[in-house]
Amino acid sequence: MMSSVYSTRAGAGLASAINDRGSRVSTPTEDALARKPGIHLGDTVFRTVLYASAGVVVVSLFAILLIMFLGGRQAFETFGLEFIWSTQWNPVKDLYGALPAITGTLITSMIALVIAWPIGFGIAFFLTETCPRPLRSPLGVAVELLAAIPSIVYGMWGFFVLAPFMATYIQPWLTETFAFLPPIGDSFFWFAAPPIGVGLMTASLILAIMILPFIAATTRDVLITTPQLLKDGAYALGATRWETLTGAVIPAVRGSLFGAVFLGLGRALGETMAVVFVIGNATRMPDSLLAPSASIASVVANNFPESEPGSIKLAVLLALGFILFVVSFGVLAVARLLLRQERMS
Amino acid sequence: MSRSLDHSARTFVFCALGWLLAAAAHAQEITGAGATFPGPIYTKWGEDYARAGGDVLNYQGVGSGAGVTQIINRTVDFGASDTPVASDRLASEDLLQFPAVIGAVVVVVNVPGVDGDTLRLTGPVIAEIYLGRIRMWNAPEIQRLNPSLALPNVPIAPAYRADSSGTTNIFSNYLAAVSLPFQTGVGAGNSIPWKTGVGAPGNAGVAASVINIKGGIGYVEYAYATENGMQTPLLQNRAKQFVRPTEAGFSAASVQVNWKDAPNLAATMLNLGGPATWPIVSATYILLPRNPSDPARAARVLKFFDWAFTDGGQAATSLRYMTLPPEAQAQVRLRWSEVKGPQGPLWPPQ
Repeated sequence: MMSSVYSTRAGAGLASAINDRGSRVSTPTEDALARKPGIHLGDTVFRTVLYASAGVVVVSLFAILLIMFLGGRQAFETFGLEFIWSTQWNPVKDLYGALPAITGTLITSMIALVIAWPIGFGIAFFLTETCPRPLRSPLGVAVELLAAIPSIVYGMWGFFVLAPFMATYIQPWLTETFAFLPPIGDSFFWFAAPPIGVGLMTASLILAIMILPFIAATTRDVLITTPQLLKDGAYALGATRWETLTGAVIPAVRGSLFGAVFLGLGRALGETMAVVFVIGNATRMPDSLLAPSASIASVVANNFPESEPGSIKLAVLLALGFILFVVSFGVLAVARLLLRQERMS
Repeated sequence: MSRSLDHSARTFVFCALGWLLAAAAHAQEITGAGATFPGPIYTKWGEDYARAGGDVLNYQGVGSGAGVTQIINRTVDFGASDTPVASDRLASEDLLQFPAVIGAVVVVVNVPGVDGDTLRLTGPVIAEIYLGRIRMWNAPEIQRLNPSLALPNVPIAPAYRADSSGTTNIFSNYLAAVSLPFQTGVGAGNSIPWKTGVGAPGNAGVAASVINIKGGIGYVEYAYATENGMQTPLLQNRAKQFVRPTEAGFSAASVQVNWKDAPNLAATMLNLGGPATWPIVSATYILLPRNPSDPARAARVLKFFDWAFTDGGQAATSLRYMTLPPEAQAQVRLRWSEVKGPQGPLWPPQ
């Protein structure tokens, strides 16, 4: 098919190019280039580069996963699968378990999601449906700017501004308001804790603010793609804005909306620097939602610099990294699946 | 006129450049890596030494553990560790260990309505606080030590180092020495299983936590407490005296150590006797290969520390570190002869 381009004269070459590629229009310069044998090589190189670029992602992904697994294998061999649900963390005796860090990671990410989801959805719906046109662009930029703030800045702001505020106002209020909640056994007391500012709740709040722009931006994009016909139809039937949203828009894009949320969750799970500042860095099982705790990422960040090569501690940190990788991968896979289902329907 | 001025200026610049280049060519580099706690003084010594015509020191504060690894792999000229390395490991890796400088850990507090500098605490009480058994500032155990203070009904918020740290090692070793429950329930090390409290990264993080959280208590290097103007309670020492953290109190600990008999010059200075002695004092250590692959470089390292011991006292004091007492310095110089090249000991220099 391609060979005809090179074998024929200029005019015929042009014609065949058009014939071969349907409606493609070729300029005389391009056609002149096409006759040089070099173009074939260029195309091959280009295609190879593209494949290589895509390959870099796949190879590095699996290389990281492999290194994490190989490095962390010693931890699984030493502690068994029990490593995943063991609550011990004793660097003095070199006994480690992943559950405190996994618990901290999941609790902070979940609370962050519960806070950020409705707000992010509200922002997105406001921007696409109710926002006055002159406000739309500055608001959109403000949301995107929120995503551009480095996480260390969130961390320091959280530590110096949010934590004292939480300790003085929010935490005592939470403790008092939710005093009626019965404790779970004698190990978890919901909101009954001394107000020290940093801890699970503060980390969750910081994470919520950090994932908010992601959820808002992705949700906005999803809402924009909702067929106008659908909305017009709902409005034509006399539906209010609320009814259109709940009756027509949300059912139409439900899967994509979940996808947006899971992308935010993926980011919350792995966030490190901001969390190190505000979570309280206590590798113990939390006894309340205000208690200091630790996330997988914060534990790794805190302990990595002084972990000697070949030590069990380094293996534990790599194993934790592997667990986080698997959890994040699972979350993203679910997100993809939901987005695809949406596209199918 | 202006032309000649211009000319002389240019000549001056060239001369200065030439002199700098000559100095740079003459000065050799020595490399070290390890503990972050003595990082500032090693760097300052390095600057002063280069200014005095000595070699240029390149010190990387990568942490004690990494410093030990690097000297074992011989990727640096010397390693630095806040905690002494075990004797058998020194022997198997053919390393010489000696103390370089002495530092102290102090307790810092933020008790609402109370001048923390007048608060009195004991080691066992601090251990109970970090075990989560004493939870309020007006607990009877603390009130008993401070009959004249009106202690507030505020929860105690203990802060500790989230990262692996020599400071934690010194502090936890002290608590383990004075409190059996702490020794059995928590133990001592660079990173330990704390029962309560919040972790913050670095000395600065712990200092900020205590300033930030009402009712906070923490432990930091002395320099961080003084530089941040933090409140440091009096601590009861072994002689049952309540002492304030002062340089005199730190020196009182270092002079009563029998350096001669300390194995590998690793002497504990925790909870020593004497009426003025501050109870949480410790040395930080240097590690050198006994069989250096490049004896000339090793000799230059010894020369650098010799200079630091002789002329670096003022720099150490200005950064709130304590220099070794003369007896300890003599012992250290004696051990340097264990570093050998093909022609025999590298110290004293031929």
